[in-house]
Amino acid sequence: MSILINKNTRLVVQGITGNEGLFHTGQMVAYGTNVVAGVTPGKGGEWVMNGKIPVFDTLQTAVETTGANTSVIFVPARFAPDAILEAADAGVQLIVCITEGIPVQDMMRVRSYIDQKGVRLVGPNCPGMLTPGECKVGIIPNTIAIPGNVGIVSRSGTLTYEVLYALRGAGLGASTCVGIGGDPVNGTNFLDVLDMFEADPHTEKVVMIGEIGGSDEEKAADFINRKMTKPVVSFIAGQSAPAGKRMGHAGAIIEGGTGTAKDKIRALESAGVRVAKHPEEIPSLL
Amino acid sequence: MKLHEYQSKQIFARYGVAIPRGRVAASASDAKQIAEELGGKVVVKAQVLVGGRGKAGGIRLARSSKEAAELATTILGMEIKGLPVRKVLIDEAASFSKEIYLGITNDRAAKRPVIMASAAGGVDIEEVAAQTPEKIIKIRIDPLMGLREYQARDLAVSIDLPRELWRSFSEIARGLWSAYQACDATLAEINPLVITTDQRLVALDGKMDIDDNALFRHSDLNEMRDLDVENWAEIEARKYGLSYISLDGEIGCMVNGAGLAMATMDMIKLSGGEPANFLDIGGGAGAEKVAAALRIILADKKVKAVLFNIFGGITRCDEVARGVLAALNEVHTSVPMVVRLVGTNAEEGRQLLAEAKMATAETLLEAAQKAVAIAKGATL
Repeated sequence: MSILINKNTRLVVQGITGNEGLFHTGQMVAYGTNVVAGVTPGKGGEWVMNGKIPVFDTLQTAVETTGANTSVIFVPARFAPDAILEAADAGVQLIVCITEGIPVQDMMRVRSYIDQKGVRLVGPNCPGMLTPGECKVGIIPNTIAIPGNVGIVSRSGTLTYEVLYALRGAGLGASTCVGIGGDPVNGTNFLDVLDMFEADPHTEKVVMIGEIGGSDEEKAADFINRKMTKPVVSFIAGQSAPAGKRMGHAGAIIEGGTGTAKDKIRALESAGVRVAKHPEEIPSLL
Repeated sequence: MKLHEYQSKQIFARYGVAIPRGRVAASASDAKQIAEELGGKVVVKAQVLVGGRGKAGGIRLARSSKEAAELATTILGMEIKGLPVRKVLIDEAASFSKEIYLGITNDRAAKRPVIMASAAGGVDIEEVAAQTPEKIIKIRIDPLMGLREYQARDLAVSIDLPRELWRSFSEIARGLWSAYQACDATLAEINPLVITTDQRLVALDGKMDIDDNALFRHSDLNEMRDLDVENWAEIEARKYGLSYISLDGEIGCMVNGAGLAMATMDMIKLSGGEPANFLDIGGGAGAEKVAAALRIILADKKVKAVLFNIFGGITRCDEVARGVLAALNEVHTSVPMVVRLVGTNAEEGRQLLAEAKMATAETLLEAAQKAVAIAKGATL
């Protein structure tokens, strides 16, 4: 069992004929994801993956023709806001945006619009999601996770792989792994995913990987304290980061003394969360 | 990307915000001439991208054009918090009765912009924010609707602005909003916005931060970039699309992914060392980019050991190994290195690096401990 994606996911890939779109479509198909369509404006009528996946000019036609219920976005940052809105208007229920570097004001407008529509967005600037053994939407490497009962939610990409890899090394598997992305304005936050893991009967424990910047980890701590019955283990990246410097992710910056790793760890620990000193310590805390 | 005061104010003026008459000067003679044009009584203001200019003596009042020239000479020779002053703004001096704060920024938690105003504007606004936050009035803006007239009026009323200035204040607030939106700013701030003795609202100081991710559609703003605030390594890194921040430690690190890069730095610290930098080569980096990254790390003479931590996904470990070898061919170095490759093509990568005689590690903890030990003088 899982959250958000599973065997019933019917995926459409926005930007399927681009370098990254095509490569990762191949990876997702190899994993067993049911990729039903792709969209690239101007390339409608073509087929990719040895003639198995049809390409459409618009998302609307792709959804109407194939019954896609989930979309994943691999288009460049300047076109990505449009791609998200197009997906929301086409009636897709879940949108996963991998694209990095979308201007924050664009994301604020997009977020305001999709909230009104009631559509769920995961990302942007995220590795996507993985339900081991069932379905992969995004770019998480195919071989690093096994099925299990640990739910994982993370603001980071490769650090998440590191944790999945460490879990596998300890014989622990994942129910679903959700990368929510490292941008200051995104679609789905820790709270949303923690709530879903709490309700998912097959998730027994949760790993939350946060980083410096913003206050989402503090809010998650409050939620865990009030609402969660399942044990949560966490790691916060950026304990050695200086203030005022943006650590790669647009969202990873300590501003005006807020958003430090110390504050986040304190909030989590007082909510009963076990916080690992380093990512490889996580399996032993579970 | 931060803009200078004079750049920010020029942008605000285009959107209907009143600013003092003035121009920027790079020499004392220019400063003198501008001061003469403005009637002699001027303010000479250092243009550097740090706060606390006034307290550092970088903002001074001149009563004559001669004094303006002298002050410009002094200020142009200054360094403020490590940054050289290369330009001064010569502004007509204003007499005013009150200082107001007005700013727009992104409210991360609310996922929307917020406009803030305070009757307690001026140099101590940060103290006001910390001690008496209730004196700063905040109104969130729907990004699809924009700042509305009534919201601007609410602000004017909340900060007890005289009724006859409401309309003018509203125009300024909406002008600031337009500038914030048009420039993809993450901060647009006027502090102070003063009420002059002849009852006008004028923006004496201005500040803007622009979203780096949006610069692709603002080539005019990109040209305003001040390279003085960045060091050689940071400029070089941007050229290659690397995310690099220099720090004070002795262990250089090269990692793919921002979160993992931070975790690697944390691990170095946990193992008793200090990272020399944050460096994310990004996803899918090719050999050329990796080579540039290693040259940047090795240019830092404090670096006593280098740690590579690559978790291959989109990034291929063999490609990273090729980049490392290419860089080592150009830059001959005796700095010892520790390498950890996991994931896509890790085995091919390890084989390529076998001849380079680097220490290897299986886990992140082991990699960090080895790098710290080697930096402290242990042999491979």
